[in-house]
Amino acid sequence: MTGPPSPVLDPRPTLAVWKFASCDGCQLSLLDCEDELLDLADKVHIAHFTEMSRASVDGPYDLSLVEGSITTPGDAERIVAVRRASRRLVTIGACATAGGIQGLRDFASTGDYVSAVYAHPEYISTLDTSTPIAAHVPVDYELQGCPIDRHQLLEVITAFLSERRPVIPAHSVCQECKARETVCLVVGRGVACLGPVTRAGCGALCPAVGRGCFGCFGPAETANTSSMAARLGSLGVAPVDIVRLFRTFNAGAPAFRDESLDHDTR
Amino acid sequence: MTHASGERASREIAVEGLARVEGEGSLRVDVRDGSVADVALEIFEPPRFFEALLVGRRLDEAPDITARICGICPVAYQMSACSAIERARSVVIDPRVRALRRLLYCGEWIQSHALHIYLLHAPDFLGCDDALGLARIDRGSLARGLRIKRTGNELMAAIGGRSVHPVNVRVGGFYRAPPPADLTALAGPLRRAREDALATVEWVATFDFPDVEAEYRFVALHDPDGYAIESGVVTSSEGLETDAAGFADVVVEEHAARSTALHARIGGRDSYLTGPLARYALNGAQLPEVARQAATAAGLGTACRNPFRSIIVRAVELVFACDEALRLVEAYDAPDPPAAVVTPGPGTGAGATEAPRGLLLHRYELDPDGAIAVARIMAPTSQNHLVIEEDLRRVAQDGLDLSDEELTRRCEQAVRNHDPCISCAAHFLDVEVVRR
Repeated sequence: MTGPPSPVLDPRPTLAVWKFASCDGCQLSLLDCEDELLDLADKVHIAHFTEMSRASVDGPYDLSLVEGSITTPGDAERIVAVRRASRRLVTIGACATAGGIQGLRDFASTGDYVSAVYAHPEYISTLDTSTPIAAHVPVDYELQGCPIDRHQLLEVITAFLSERRPVIPAHSVCQECKARETVCLVVGRGVACLGPVTRAGCGALCPAVGRGCFGCFGPAETANTSSMAARLGSLGVAPVDIVRLFRTFNAGAPAFRDESLDHDTR
Repeated sequence: MTHASGERASREIAVEGLARVEGEGSLRVDVRDGSVADVALEIFEPPRFFEALLVGRRLDEAPDITARICGICPVAYQMSACSAIERARSVVIDPRVRALRRLLYCGEWIQSHALHIYLLHAPDFLGCDDALGLARIDRGSLARGLRIKRTGNELMAAIGGRSVHPVNVRVGGFYRAPPPADLTALAGPLRRAREDALATVEWVATFDFPDVEAEYRFVALHDPDGYAIESGVVTSSEGLETDAAGFADVVVEEHAARSTALHARIGGRDSYLTGPLARYALNGAQLPEVARQAATAAGLGTACRNPFRSIIVRAVELVFACDEALRLVEAYDAPDPPAAVVTPGPGTGAGATEAPRGLLLHRYELDPDGAIAVARIMAPTSQNHLVIEEDLRRVAQDGLDLSDEELTRRCEQAVRNHDPCISCAAHFLDVEVVRR
């Protein structure tokens, strides 16, 4: 068998995967496409993907997938270079689209955070914020989820490489519960559930196991969070717990952030 | 990225952005006058401050929040978090819940070990840059690895809802016990995976291994009921035997300037190794017959001290995890209720479980309302960090006659031997070799 085609003659579009502050779970979703990975690699030249390969080809890249949030001065510079080298840039996951769970620092003092974890805070170079990629550079598409759904990821890659918009639902988790005939937890059992304001994509996994949605896919396109909060209140959820519900993996997403601030009395 | 420079007697080998590991780190080897002067495994993963952001969160939020430390071993985080909090609140766990947790954890071992063996580690032994290079010379083997990995992911999804950050785990047990039919449907794929895992052991045993031996201090959980995964006491090759809380007390974690991870030492002094080599050395006699026979046929003794051969031990553990999952699927008795009731309240507790890459310990202090007041997390890669550097020093010294390119590859491989998770340790790896 021969080696990889020469980059110069290779007609395949190039794909790059980049990582910033994150857990690696969203880029792992690409490696979790066990049935599609080899076919994908036949059609696309995976030019930079550190978790998968020690080989790296310089840009420009046709499509860059970006995981993680910006939390250090160095990363704030690196994302600009990534953008410059990328024809299209898609963010994958809650860290890259909303700042991630590490975005909770935005509601506290980072100085307190550093000294709680590290004996020598002076060795740590970090920003006071954990910001999404779109706060730093133009982004062509944001794929939500903590973690993303790998089928949605394949759709996004396919769509961008064939120059069309991805077909990704913007509606809420409620529709997915209806589709899989899960009885509504809020109506049926009075369980606190963020499904009405959370973007579909997971397949309504939590309600299917009797658990209220905890919003890991972030806000749906037209999320009425104040109405949601009122409903949670009527279910007996205390304001402090309403804050907690909106303040997890997508705490920095504007709809969730603003709603949590409305109930934060500290 | 790799660069090397200078005369052979003195040179620097550097890999910035170590590939095929989870997270971001770099490697640097400094050779002066024909001997290794310094090595460093540097972790540059941006800090994410989990121990701090957990403070004030409710006890039932810890499993989901800490899962986000690592997308490759989220179940390990969920299980250690549950164990620590259940001890803090003196919760008694139904043996059927424990069995279901072990089954979910087997799924994580299967997917993580298959990922590491086939996609991250094997390419080193075959001179490939990645699994796609492996596919070009041996597509059948890679297909086998992906098949095993898929079965692990399917098992995790059947119990947890999805494989990355499963949603069905809660403190006390599960939100819902999976219907038996969902699990028995996996018996066939698990049988196939066990056969594929046996073929994996045979395959990796044919690789060429550098002749390296190290005197490791091994640390692993030990469970009298079986090869420890989700519970047990902490034991060592030096005779240590203590519970998770006791272990947390004897380990001192240092914060080195070159890293956003912490380096652990027992008694503030001794480096130690956790993970497959440690588990195999301390608990190998508890492996099922099928795994022990495979190990013997592959030439493993009762302990393996050649870190490059860890890929064989990982493959033997893959056989075990498939076999154990099959046993648990066949014996499945749905826990009812699926979770013990956990009331909010004060307490202090530590819990340790065996993540695929090594011991993972959580310790929490809860305030009177059951909110987390203090959190401590000891990730496997922080614990293995010093041993990885010791290996690197040994491998670089033994490999001084290699070209820069070969030595760089060998050093990268030496790091991958321990399946480091830089996301867990804070975020890791870049390699640099300096020759002066």
